[in-house]
This record gives sequence, C-alpha cells and structure tokens, in this order.
Amino acid sequence: MAQTISQKILAKHAGLKSVEPGQLISCKVDLVLGNDITAPPAIKEFEKIGVSKVFDKKKIYLVPDHFTPAKDIKSAEQVKMMRHFAQKYGIVNFFEIGCMGVEHALLPEMGAIKPGDLIIGADSHTCTYGALGAFSTGVGSTDMAAGMATGEVWFKVPEQLKFVYHGKLPKWVEAKDLILYTIGQIGVDGARYMSMEFTGPAIDTLSVEGRLTMANMAIEAGGKNGIFAVDAKTEAYLKKVKAGKGLVYRSDADAEYKEIYEWDISKIEPQVSFPHLPSNTKPVSQCGSVKIDQSVIGSCTNGRIEDMRVAAKILKGKKVNKAVRLIILPATQKIELQMMKEGLTEIFIKAGAAVSTPTCGPCLGGHMGILAEGERSIATTNRNFVGRMGHPKSEVYLSNVAVAAASAVAGRIVSPAAL
Amino acid sequence: MKGKAWKFGNNIDTDLIIPARYLNTSDPAELAKYAMMDADAEWVDKMNKGDFIVAGDNFGCGSSREHAPVALKAAGVSAIIAKSFARIFYRNSINIGLPILEAPQAAEEIKEGDEVEVDIAAGEIKNLTSGKSYKAQPFPEFMQKIVDRGGLINYLKSRTK
Repeated sequence: MAQTISQKILAKHAGLKSVEPGQLISCKVDLVLGNDITAPPAIKEFEKIGVSKVFDKKKIYLVPDHFTPAKDIKSAEQVKMMRHFAQKYGIVNFFEIGCMGVEHALLPEMGAIKPGDLIIGADSHTCTYGALGAFSTGVGSTDMAAGMATGEVWFKVPEQLKFVYHGKLPKWVEAKDLILYTIGQIGVDGARYMSMEFTGPAIDTLSVEGRLTMANMAIEAGGKNGIFAVDAKTEAYLKKVKAGKGLVYRSDADAEYKEIYEWDISKIEPQVSFPHLPSNTKPVSQCGSVKIDQSVIGSCTNGRIEDMRVAAKILKGKKVNKAVRLIILPATQKIELQMMKEGLTEIFIKAGAAVSTPTCGPCLGGHMGILAEGERSIATTNRNFVGRMGHPKSEVYLSNVAVAAASAVAGRIVSPAAL
Repeated sequence: MKGKAWKFGNNIDTDLIIPARYLNTSDPAELAKYAMMDADAEWVDKMNKGDFIVAGDNFGCGSSREHAPVALKAAGVSAIIAKSFARIFYRNSINIGLPILEAPQAAEEIKEGDEVEVDIAAGEIKNLTSGKSYKAQPFPEFMQKIVDRGGLINYLKSRTK
C-alpha cells in the first residue's frame, strides 16, 4: 500500500508493514518528553501504575522550562519533584538551570532527535521535531506516564494532508509567515487530528531552523504532527549536532492525501495574527495603526540563533521606542552564548532591549513579561488566545521576528520595510 | 447522569479552560476553582455538580495541559457534549476518565439552561427540556475499555496484573 512518511514511521513502530488512516495501533516510542507543568502530574500517575522502573533511563527527557528559573514557591516545588523523580529512577536527561533551554529548541540542538523517530511529549508543541523527519506529537500527562512505564503509546492513524509551497520567499518573509499564512487559510481546526506534510520548492530553500518553526505550529491548525522530508540540509544539521542518521522515509508518489493545498508564496507579505486566534491573520500592510506596549522575541517557535540574527539586523544602531518594552529570550544556553560571540547581545542591550535567560516565560503568561489589562504585545510566539500573555483583557499579535523587532522600534505594528 | 447545560462556542482553548497562571500546581481541587475562568469568571460559582458543558467545534484546542479536563472534572462537570474536540484534549479526557460526547446536532440544539440527561454507556443524550434525544459517536472498542475502567492508568493496572 502506498504510504506517506508519517504512515511509514507509525507502521515501523507498530511492527506493521503499513497502516491506514483510522486504524488503532500501539507503537513503541523512541523518546518521551515532559516539562515542569506536565511532568509533575505524569509522575503522580506513573507512581500509581505500580512498576518499579522506567522503560528506558536514556529515552526520557525532563526539561523544566516553562516557569523556570522558578518564578514562585509552587513552581519550585514542581521542579523539585521532577529532579527527585529523575534521581530515583536514574533518568539521565534531566536539565537543570544552566544547561536547560526551551525544550523544543534544546532537543534538536543537542542531537536527541533523528529522522524516523517516534516521539511523544507532554507539550503540544512536541510536533516541532517533524522538521527533522521524525513523527512527533503532543500528548497529556497520563499518556506521558504510560509512555514512561511501558515505552508504548496508542494512536489512531491520522489522515494525511499535503501542503505544497511554490515560489521564492519575498524579502522579510520568513518560515513563520508560511505557517501563519497556512493556518490563516485552513483555520485552527483545518488539520484537526491530521498529519501535515510540508513540501515544495519554497520549503527546499528553508533552513532547518525555519522548518522547525513551521512544524512547531502544526498544532495551531489542530494537526497531530507536521513533517518534512529529509534533504541535504537536514543531513548537514544532523551531522553538526551529532544526532546520527536515523531512518529516512519518503512519501510514495501515489500516497493518499485527504487534501492537497498548493500556494504560490512569492507575493505574500509578512503575516500578523490578530487576537485571539492564530488563524486571524492579515498581511502586515493591512494591519492599520496598532500601537504596542511590548514586543517578545523568543519561544520554541522563534528563539533560535537565526531568529536572533534577524532581530539584530533590524535593531543594530536603533533604539526601542520609549513606549515599548522589548524582551528577547534566546531559547537555549548555547544560543545565548552564540549571541554573545557574534555581538548580538550587545546590539540588543544598546538598542534598549531586555535579554533574558532561556525560558518559555511570557509566551504562556508565566513570567518575564506579563501584560496588564488593556496592554498589547506583538510576539514571535505561537498563541494569541485570550489571556495568553497575562490579563484576560490584554492582546497578543503573532508575527515573524523581523516584524516584532521593527514594531518595537516603531511603537506600532509595522513591516521592517517601513523603518 | 442529569444536569443543566452550559453553552460555550467554537474553539474553546485550554487557556480559557484553565489559564497558565494557575498551572503552578496540579492539585485537582485547586485547579477546579479556576475552571473556565477567562471565558466566564463567575461560571464556577454558578454551575452545580453534575452539570454539562455543551460546546461547538474544536473544544479544548491549544495546549496539551491535562489540567484542563482535570479542572472541569474536579469542578463537577459530568460530561462534555461538543460538535468536535481537539485531539489532545480528547485523548486526555479519555485517559483521566472525563466523559466526552461528540454529538453535533445535540451540541447545536441544546440551549443554555436546558435540563439534560446522558447515558454514557449507551451514548444517549436526552434534552429533558425540549424532549429531543440524540445519539453520540460511539468510541472504538479499545477506547471504550479505557473509559469503562475510568482512565488509562486503571486500564494499565488491570492489564499488568
């Protein structure tokens, strides 16, 4: 039977030759991930199962990144619970402050992800790793607990969607804009329960970091996973991070897709998602005059070194608008160090930005830049739901890095071309 | 189970169900105090144990936080009836033993305040106010087993014994 990359990975891990959409299967997993919000309830559930050990000490990743460095006593208790659990069961991959990072930036960067892997994570943005040709999806804490105990997880094989992007990316248009555009076209439930396969000439030109940004937001269209075929760029990335080659699959030419979307992106502009859904997109030229109080550059979506370089290019020699707070969050320690080496941190600080230690922080309204009533932030993050970054009457506008940096200078949402 | 219907719209996300500012604990009783906080700050005080949530498409979209179905269950919601559910919320609800029913017509026609009766095992929804009955999408056999045992952990325990 003709199959897609996603189906082939699922079939392999279920010990089957092929799988069909709708089929219920049990799969062996290569990696189980949890963070400081989702791991504590998973640990409680794990202890109820009554097993004496985890399925594999090296395949469980515990990353306290959401409310860390601990923002309050309760958050500190959550991390303490993770730390003790890791010690008790000999879990190797627990990441303390000082070596941690935002989980979905950290794992690819440290070579934990290979093509063909099947990964579950108790975080909805676990779909990020599809950029490296892995089948990777978010689950809840109970699934994480079961995964840690058994090394297995049940799945309903998803229907397959294909997205083909033609044309050359215009100036200031980033991978982020392709995914925001996609979500704007198909809606926040346009890929509900389904696999999203990203292909086409425009995708071939994207860096691996850009692909990570796109796969990251598959969940924002309701997708179960996002996936990219492995190419020379992926191979070079895997070599650099010493991940190993993994198992490379291709979608069969006659694989069945529920829907195939084809777009010419050569004329699109940077996209901005207005409150309160990621699908509420507008081209930046049609945003009108939206004044902002804050700009956030970072997160598992756009907190990597390439993002920092784009921000620095715009902010070099400029000043952040007096009415705006610009908060820049490199996603990992390694990225932060690289920023220093390249002089980016200096550019940011001279421009009047605050540069933070790695944390999810304001993206989910945790800490490090919470909005007051009536305040607005532009952000390179992934969600703009009601109350996402703070007060239920605050607003979040999602954009790419260049727009968030330019808007911080202008004091309102603008295209970098307008500076 | 019998109770009153509380209506919510489409794309009710997990930040509305339980905002992240309350996620520094996983204690169900604590989370229950803030259930649906940013959708309707007074809802927790207005609702009674046993009531139902009736919603539109894509209920529970967004984050993977299991705290969302946990908060609703601990607040006393007996079941959620919706046109459709977001994937992770759907899994999480089954895994923690919160009954969910996919029933588009029921979700459309039931009005706020209607008295509703639900037979989970049979997948039957009765609107006692209007007198109309509906049938929910049945679970696949495997998921029904998890539901019958009250969640995934109990299911696993019964399997390993």
